[in-house]
Amino acid sequence: MALKGNLRDFNTSQLLNLINLAHKTGKLTIDGHDSQGVVLYFKDGRLIRASQGSDSKKLTDILVQAGKLSPDQAHAVNSRVPSNTDRAIGRYLLEHRLISRDDIIQGVKDYMLNIVYDLFTWKEGNFVFEQDVLPDGDKLVIPLNLDNVILEGSRRIQESEKLYEELPDLGSIALKITDKPLKDVKLTQDDWRVISHIHPRNTVKQIAQNTNMDEFQIRKIVYGMLQAGLVELVRPDGFVDRRQTPAYERRERRGVGQTPAEKRSVVTKLIERIKRI
Amino acid sequence: MQTVKMVITGPFSAGKTQFISSVSEIDVVTTERKISSDAERVKEETTVAMDFGRITVDDDLVLYLFGTPGQRRFDFMWEILAEGMLGFVVLIDSVRPETFREAKHILEVFRGYAETPYVVAANKQDLPDAWSPEDLRIALKIDKNIKVLPCVARDKESVKNVLLELLYSILERMQNEEA
Ligand SMILES: Nc1nc2c(ncn2[C@@H]2O[C@H](COP(=O)(O)OP(=O)(O)OP(=O)(O)O)[C@@H](O)[C@H]2O)c(=O)[nH]1
Ligand SMILES: [Mg+2]
Repeated sequence: MALKGNLRDFNTSQLLNLINLAHKTGKLTIDGHDSQGVVLYFKDGRLIRASQGSDSKKLTDILVQAGKLSPDQAHAVNSRVPSNTDRAIGRYLLEHRLISRDDIIQGVKDYMLNIVYDLFTWKEGNFVFEQDVLPDGDKLVIPLNLDNVILEGSRRIQESEKLYEELPDLGSIALKITDKPLKDVKLTQDDWRVISHIHPRNTVKQIAQNTNMDEFQIRKIVYGMLQAGLVELVRPDGFVDRRQTPAYERRERRGVGQTPAEKRSVVTKLIERIKRI
Repeated sequence: MQTVKMVITGPFSAGKTQFISSVSEIDVVTTERKISSDAERVKEETTVAMDFGRITVDDDLVLYLFGTPGQRRFDFMWEILAEGMLGFVVLIDSVRPETFREAKHILEVFRGYAETPYVVAANKQDLPDAWSPEDLRIALKIDKNIKVLPCVARDKESVKNVLLELLYSILERMQNEEA
């Protein structure tokens, strides 16, 4: 089953959210529009590797880009480690005390996050997800929880347009906290302020007023939490959808004179008939 | 004689006309015409007012299937078609993610017309680039109580399955409301 599209139609937060929720394993390739293409790998819904430009970047190159090694050091290491695998390079770096294990991990992590966060600002780019394709066995992988990535990445979205599309009318929506555990994700103080005001009676507009946020601020926060699946949108208590009442009444009128049993028998007859088509 | 109606809706070119044609006992009365605007020319013809199919149960009961027109400028037809429907099917073109947002919008509008049961059908599952029903559920944020079914509108059995699942949902709702 393919997962193909363009970020124009299905953006980075939606895409990562899908991979996260469906616990997908595989390789996501995104063609760059103004910049070099990106390749991300996931295992069981967690990001395990990211690269931009070339998928076969050496560990030394990554650590240089992350500011953990100087280009000279990298050059020296590369010439002394013939096999060039992440494992061999890592071992060499540790044995020669050029860098600590923690710094290697932090460096790779920073490198991955920089690439991914930048993706949230991309407005277009063709993507394709190849199920169950994993990086070469010798690559260093660091599993990162996507909840946090999505939450933080969504904050980088600066275009108010996207936010308006997702959350059109703040006065007619309320928030509901989903059953996703909140403790695993890194929430900011502003996130917590919003969360503390969530109530079925409070519209998002009221929450913004209560927390002294402007529309753009609250949209960004709600959008991030929404994308990370921490909250969902609901109709506020007591909200009446104007369109709903008449259509419903009309339906009721049609049903006048039919008992529940009669109505059910109509449906049962339809089922029997369609089975015979 | 009693007539009941179900609506087949979804974005432009999702396969609504094909879906109804596969099960209707009459040739679908479709009001198609050639497409003029270049932007929408992914196929030759589009439905301009509605599609109309029929399944006769017996002398006393007939089911009508109505397909909504695909292009936005015929949106005014939607509410008219929705009136009194027993349930509806939202067809998704599983190979065109650029239509997912529109599909979700259509779904919400129809949900607003009436609180009737509905199912989502992930059409064109025979094509290699089709998004799976499970992925579509997440992508379109479909409630977990709503069925998202695989569908190949050209295949009669597949269309039957979608209609049956909708009817089972309708039956279930009736039983819950009585209880
Ligand atoms: N491969 C494949 N193609 C399909 C399927 N269903 C429909 N199609 C094709 O998709 C195109 C659109 O189908 P239609 O039935 O015209 O779609 P529609 O929703 O009625 O379109 P509008 O009335 O213009 O909105 C046609 O070329 C169909 O042959 C399917 O299940 N599989
Ligand atoms: Mg049509």
